[in-house]
Amino acid sequence: MNMEIKEKAIEKTLLLIAFSSISILGLIAFFIFEEGVPLIGKVGPLKFILGERWVPSQGSFGILPMIVGSFWVTIGALIIGIPLGLSCVIFLCEWTPPLVAMWLRPAIQLLAAIPSVIYGFWGLVVLVPLVRNFLGGPGLSILSGAIILGFMILPTIISISEDSLRAIPPSYKAGALALGATHWQTIWRVLIPAAKSGIVASIILGMGRAIGETMAMIMILGNAVKMPSSFLDSARTLTTNIGIEMGYASGDHRQALFATGVVLFFIIMILNSLAIILSRRRSR
Amino acid sequence: MIFHHTRYLTQNIAKVFIWVSAISTITVMILILLQILGEGLPTLRPHFFFDSPRSMGREGGIFSIIIGTIALTAVAIIFATPLGIGTAIYLIEYTRESRISRIIRFGTDCLAGVPSIIFGLFGFVFFVIYLNMGWSILSGGLTLAAMILPTIICTTEEAIKAIPNSYREVSYSLGGTKWQTVTRAILPNALPGIITGIILSIGRSIGETAAVILTAGSSLAMPTSLFSPTRTMSVHFYILAREGISMEMAYGTGAVLILLVLFINTVANWLLNRYIRHRT
Repeated sequence: MNMEIKEKAIEKTLLLIAFSSISILGLIAFFIFEEGVPLIGKVGPLKFILGERWVPSQGSFGILPMIVGSFWVTIGALIIGIPLGLSCVIFLCEWTPPLVAMWLRPAIQLLAAIPSVIYGFWGLVVLVPLVRNFLGGPGLSILSGAIILGFMILPTIISISEDSLRAIPPSYKAGALALGATHWQTIWRVLIPAAKSGIVASIILGMGRAIGETMAMIMILGNAVKMPSSFLDSARTLTTNIGIEMGYASGDHRQALFATGVVLFFIIMILNSLAIILSRRRSR
Repeated sequence: MIFHHTRYLTQNIAKVFIWVSAISTITVMILILLQILGEGLPTLRPHFFFDSPRSMGREGGIFSIIIGTIALTAVAIIFATPLGIGTAIYLIEYTRESRISRIIRFGTDCLAGVPSIIFGLFGFVFFVIYLNMGWSILSGGLTLAAMILPTIICTTEEAIKAIPNSYREVSYSLGGTKWQTVTRAILPNALPGIITGIILSIGRSIGETAAVILTAGSSLAMPTSLFSPTRTMSVHFYILAREGISMEMAYGTGAVLILLVLFINTVANWLLNRYIRHRT
């Protein structure tokens, strides 16, 4: 009897622990909204999101340049990250020449483990001068940021796509090969379509990582508050806007940074939910 | 002649592209390592580790920063580990697919995707201002704990899932209760997997900048209590490099960060390999 009570108590405690773990997500949402939403109300949601002027000292808070900046940097990162990532996955799952695979896997793990400030620094001292010398412009640009981000999101894309590619029953591959397809046709027409939802989920999660990256982008993008007009322009993203100005902001200005956080939070939650739904579908 | 059929031509083009991609990924990795280690290793003399930073970090070493980093990471691990392991045990052992477990899993998956700057903003309003802890090791550590929680939950879940059902059956057949089964049969066997998760989380804590700079501050002084502000290695590296204080010191700190990351990854891999071999 005593034992039963103890067991029940333990189960309830564990449930409580589990709920306090996810209550953190609620707390995050609550506190960021509480700080940010009043300012969005004050400025007007449309004016805040579609406003092109961000001059905190004059009280004008429009984050369209940052939204556009985030958008282009993320698109650029995907253009680089998707082909590279999928190639690495195919390499790891299908071709696997032992010598290179032996190097590729630890390299990808390290790419995941290296702190983002190191990426930012490397971009600043190696990549930015290259872009400046060969393509012109300030070098601190969307292009430099996108290249670095492309490599930063590789581990996300690779690990999740690899899981879904490995989950395909071997009979798919055997069947395709038996029908006379080449190895590449099997990969491209059979294996990749079969792993589609997992691959798409991995790309969406990679996108989330790209949009959320802060420190590396502060160091590489140049941080100008204006509408970027080309890939060689300097830009500011939603995250870097917060990261740069949070150090000295106060009053309305600080609330506007939290409001930027609210927009970012919404974007990330939509992407996360999409990825989760997609990978659920895969596991069924 | 070799490319007789176009389908083989396509295959060969694809093969070349994939080789180029794989090799360029490895190359970029090696270039980053060479750049930071090449420039930074010469700075790493004993006094770099054991002197306190002087004149904004231009001279001296990084002793107070190492202490701050260790303290902050320890706080994060101490708070996140019990929460994470408890959640994982509940998810795997106490509920199979149910509405509650789906909600919890959705929550932890979402938490894993929240960008670090959002954690920073949250830590700043909640711990620093609302709970009045100020910029401190405690505020920073708790913020990091929230950030690494999904990693610990996920790796613990995987480790527990990997334990064969026979372990549970034997424990029950001997008259063990659920809790006895968890603590005596499951956790000891899942330990290497759980420790791997904790080690990876330590790596993430050490590398984090955005969330830490907003919650622990950037003081160079030696921390004296959990309520002292501090500066971690990543933050120090960032400030040195971005404000152009000292490239030499930045490279030195960067090299320490890289070496730590390499070490942590090697240990985690070694543990995981041993664990897998042990299992099968």
